[in-house]
Amino acid sequence: MADDAVAEQERMRTFQAAALPHLDDVYTLARYLMRNTQDAEDAVQECYLRALRHFDSYRGPAMKPWLLAILRNVCNAEFARRSKEEVPTDYSQDESLAEEMPMWQEPQASPEKMIVRQQDTATIRRLVAELPEPFREAIVLREMNNLSYQEIAQVAGVPVGTVMSRLARARAMLRAAWNAAETVTTRPGSAVASGTTS
Amino acid sequence: MRCEESEVMLHALVDGELDAGHARDVEAHVAGCAGCAGKFAAFRTMHDVMSAAPLKEIAPAHLRSRIEALMAVPEGRIVSMRQFLRPTRRSFFGGLAMGSALSGALAASLVFAVMRGDQEQTIAEEVVSAHIRSLQAGHLMDVETSDRHTVKPWFNGRVDVAPPVIDLTAESFTLLGGRLDYVDGEPVAAIVYQRRKHVINLFVAQHLGAKHLRPNAKSIQGYNCRHWAQNGLDLWAVSDIVGDELDEFVQKIAGSLRQPPSTT
Repeated sequence: MADDAVAEQERMRTFQAAALPHLDDVYTLARYLMRNTQDAEDAVQECYLRALRHFDSYRGPAMKPWLLAILRNVCNAEFARRSKEEVPTDYSQDESLAEEMPMWQEPQASPEKMIVRQQDTATIRRLVAELPEPFREAIVLREMNNLSYQEIAQVAGVPVGTVMSRLARARAMLRAAWNAAETVTTRPGSAVASGTTS
Repeated sequence: MRCEESEVMLHALVDGELDAGHARDVEAHVAGCAGCAGKFAAFRTMHDVMSAAPLKEIAPAHLRSRIEALMAVPEGRIVSMRQFLRPTRRSFFGGLAMGSALSGALAASLVFAVMRGDQEQTIAEEVVSAHIRSLQAGHLMDVETSDRHTVKPWFNGRVDVAPPVIDLTAESFTLLGGRLDYVDGEPVAAIVYQRRKHVINLFVAQHLGAKHLRPNAKSIQGYNCRHWAQNGLDLWAVSDIVGDELDEFVQKIAGSLRQPPSTT
């Protein structure tokens, strides 16, 4: 009994040291997948519970993609459960630009207009949150969780080639929304073109 | 390389995912194609802006505590053991009645050993939880002063012990104040010290776990604990400072408790 308790504590310590440093990453992905804070927190908790349960059989990959893959399963299971229920999003509560913005539209602009304007963090977050899946997931895993293509492929359970095409698509959509957001919000002072033209 | 290929590959170039050969191919195409060059520049800028922006969310403190709490509670056998033993005495006797195969004395001593260790662990976890709670904004102190003559009388009538409040400023443990806390359902005096940025909670009560005459060291959720009994009191020191420094703190407190009660 005493030995069991010691072993159990040791296991907890190992798990904590390995898994806790990735809490912000797990939470970040949860925020973008679940789209509201409460659901994100519940998903994170469920993720860590499952991770703890399966920790003994964990042999890799790296801890971060492993946790993110679990989180993704938790979120998908939750969506499957709700099936067609409407999920509230609190990312775009403040601004109701979503409908006005042509998200999918590939920019019809000529190449010399393909600049990237300065956007603040809140706007970038909202634009990413408004991307449809699976493109949102791909861009969050890449730009916020800093995973490699290989790791994204593991988390999403698709080949690396699919990751590449999803990212290309995600960035194309994001850029269109990005530049559109600037024109809608019209802040002349911040309309700095930090991109280059050719 | 054709543009359709390049449109996908240039992202891999932006993300630093291409080997030297493929990178050269994409760069060569981009150099000769105005359309792809424009896209490449735009996506690279977008990537740079996103990398520089603080886009990663920070898990809120209450979520972090929830997750930490998950890790503090052992799963499986030990949990069920603890749940069984938690309302200690009642289930203890229930357990005795069932364990008729064992001699009464043997069963009693076995279960007792388990129960004591278990209770001690439960209390240790509660003490650490109380410490963590105290670190959340605004929970650290009920009486905030470095004057021990203010802290000590404050506890009168609030707890059933007169906790030792000792000024260790000279030893670079600064007295911050005191707080009433609850551990194991009982009111407990918490005296708060600080060394550098580390808070040390010294919990004092009449009965708080097994009686350890020499400080018993534990580490729970990364916090160091020292528990010992002295002068009819149970004392628990909890902090995130390194074990050696917490030992030093315990020695100072224990040392001053050994002195005859001061007249001040």
